[in-house]
Amino acid sequence: MKDIAVKVEGLGKKYHIGKIKPGTMNLREAIYRGIKSPAQKAWNLLQGKAHGAARLEEEIWALRGVGFELVKGDILGIIGHNGAGKSTLLKILTHITEPSEGQVMIRGRAGALLEVGTGIHPELTGRENIYLNGSILGMKRSEVKRRFDEIVEFSGIEKFLDTPMKHYSDGMRVRLAFSVAAHLEPEILLVDEVLAVGDTAFQKKCLAKMSDVIKEGKTVLFVSHNMAAVKELCPRAILLERGKLVFDGPSYEAISMYISRSSTEDLSRQHKDVWIERTYFPQADLAGQGVVYEQAKSLVCGLQIEAAKALDEVWVNLEILSVVGTRLVHIRNDFDGHEISVEPGKTNIEITITDLPLLPDTYNMRFRLVAMVNGEQLVEDSVDVPLIIAGEKPGRGRYESFVRTRQTWSVTKIT
Amino acid sequence: MTSMPSRHKNKGSEARRKSSERKETIKYYRPTSGWVSLELRELWEYREVIYFLTWRDIKVRYKQTVLGALWAILQPLMVMVIFTIIFGRLLKAPSDDIPYPLFAYSALTIWTFFANGVTLASNSMVMEGNMIKKVYFPRMSIPIASVAAGMVDFCIAFVILVGMMIYYGKTPSMAILTLPLFIILAVSATLGLGLWLGALNVMFRDVRYLIPFLLQVLLYASPVAYSSNLIADKGAWNILYGLNPMAGVIIGFRWALLKTPIEQPVILATSAAVTISLLITGSFFFKRVEKNFADVV
Repeated sequence: MKDIAVKVEGLGKKYHIGKIKPGTMNLREAIYRGIKSPAQKAWNLLQGKAHGAARLEEEIWALRGVGFELVKGDILGIIGHNGAGKSTLLKILTHITEPSEGQVMIRGRAGALLEVGTGIHPELTGRENIYLNGSILGMKRSEVKRRFDEIVEFSGIEKFLDTPMKHYSDGMRVRLAFSVAAHLEPEILLVDEVLAVGDTAFQKKCLAKMSDVIKEGKTVLFVSHNMAAVKELCPRAILLERGKLVFDGPSYEAISMYISRSSTEDLSRQHKDVWIERTYFPQADLAGQGVVYEQAKSLVCGLQIEAAKALDEVWVNLEILSVVGTRLVHIRNDFDGHEISVEPGKTNIEITITDLPLLPDTYNMRFRLVAMVNGEQLVEDSVDVPLIIAGEKPGRGRYESFVRTRQTWSVTKIT
Repeated sequence: MTSMPSRHKNKGSEARRKSSERKETIKYYRPTSGWVSLELRELWEYREVIYFLTWRDIKVRYKQTVLGALWAILQPLMVMVIFTIIFGRLLKAPSDDIPYPLFAYSALTIWTFFANGVTLASNSMVMEGNMIKKVYFPRMSIPIASVAAGMVDFCIAFVILVGMMIYYGKTPSMAILTLPLFIILAVSATLGLGLWLGALNVMFRDVRYLIPFLLQVLLYASPVAYSSNLIADKGAWNILYGLNPMAGVIIGFRWALLKTPIEQPVILATSAAVTISLLITGSFFFKRVEKNFADVV
């Protein structure tokens, strides 16, 4: 094992999903179960059921038999549908939770950008929170001190350094938190969808920081729903499906596999009223890496949704995101005056975009299904698909402009 | 793929090794079962987290309240007034020839530390649930910080105690040298109980409701308002009384400061033994169940 930075072997994580969530179990139930379960186990065993003991509670494996290796300097994308086990894997890799089987070996300091801002306290000032947050993330006080100016400069909140953070805007809070995390200097960096924070200028900074980290030869694990970002940043990706690793290899292949596979057997589905059964694109070329859109043609996006019960109001969102997560397009049925209600069973929805004025590049198409559940709007399901706008990428100004315009020039010399 | 290599079979969830060239850590995360190591070394490496969490707790508490640090004094002082009226004046409880207010307040400083510490530590894990779910650091630093933050309040209340001793003209004897010992014992009792209840509270939210009741029972079972020398009985009753860890702490604390007689040293010995075992079992229990915190909290 010369330069192996991360080694995951036979990793599994089991969760119990009984009728009662463990955290909310009260003492009476615990005592009742405490008395009941040994008796039940004994009875099951007496009846000759070898697995009788396990049948008391329903178990699900959020992750099972996952194994991969990362050499120092590798950049790995981790993709998969909702409930595939991505966040469970990341939680094990960051030592937040313990695996149920298998093991993880991590060589070198690991830093995680999971959800930034953990441990930030609104009553404390920006300065105080930098120290607090830094220490929670594993930085020594001397380290924070040394890099303090850099952190502050990166965040761009110098003026409010001594203001309690409860007076900060959401954007400022996120920027400060990200800046602390970005200066962690880990040898292994675990990232989870943090690029989509702050405004565009800040996102650019974050992406630049991320490229720096990659250039410095650090090992990066990048979990994202944004297929465009995975494709851009990671040469290699693993695809998780129902807790199992189904593919490990070039990211474009992982992504095409992700698109072609239906997410039908997503585990989180048992608790849902409605979900996206599959997406399809009748006219577009799937070309392995995503939906390819030819300029000036129309793009038909098909969505097959399935409902467990009748729902009066369902909202279908289609968003197009840039590599750094900027939302460029947002289409929703009611914006266009369409109301959607569903009956139990399958429903087909097709959105035809007659013109999509985006510059050639890779984008991320996100379908979000929102439904009214108990008087509350809840996101029931979402699916991400890479969208490739065909054509030559404009040479300059990448990440800066997205909209295609039609124009003519005239240059006349004045004499 | 599911077979585990036997090369690095370490007992704990992780092991550290230093390569000869530069400091390089190798960590292993794998399932643990049963009783696990306390990993005190790791806790020491993360001592700054404890420091910052403590510092945050103090800062936030004083920032959010109008009276701020004054509460540290008011809390025991108000109870002292009530106790002086009810137990001192009305019931005429014997106070080992010490003026009753001083007698009550001396015990109340350390009792308040204990009661607040246990309450905060017990709720700390649930309060910091969000952090536990998102970032790893030794979980034990959370209840430790809760208890440590209470030390500041104790020190403030202690200043008033010194003032009262001067007012009543009580000069401490050589016994005061043992005072740190009893403070350590109080910290151990607080942390021991806090670790037990903090871990249990994550699993069973009932614990939260049990704590005020438990503390009330313990307060009456401690020689705060009355002298332990009232228990003139010998043997079994003394041991039963000593099962309350704070009984011994208060007897010793008062003796070290005011030289009140200790008629039943067996109470003190029992309490000390209970306190130490509470801390040890509490730490191991906490460590054993902490791996599930992130999934459950």
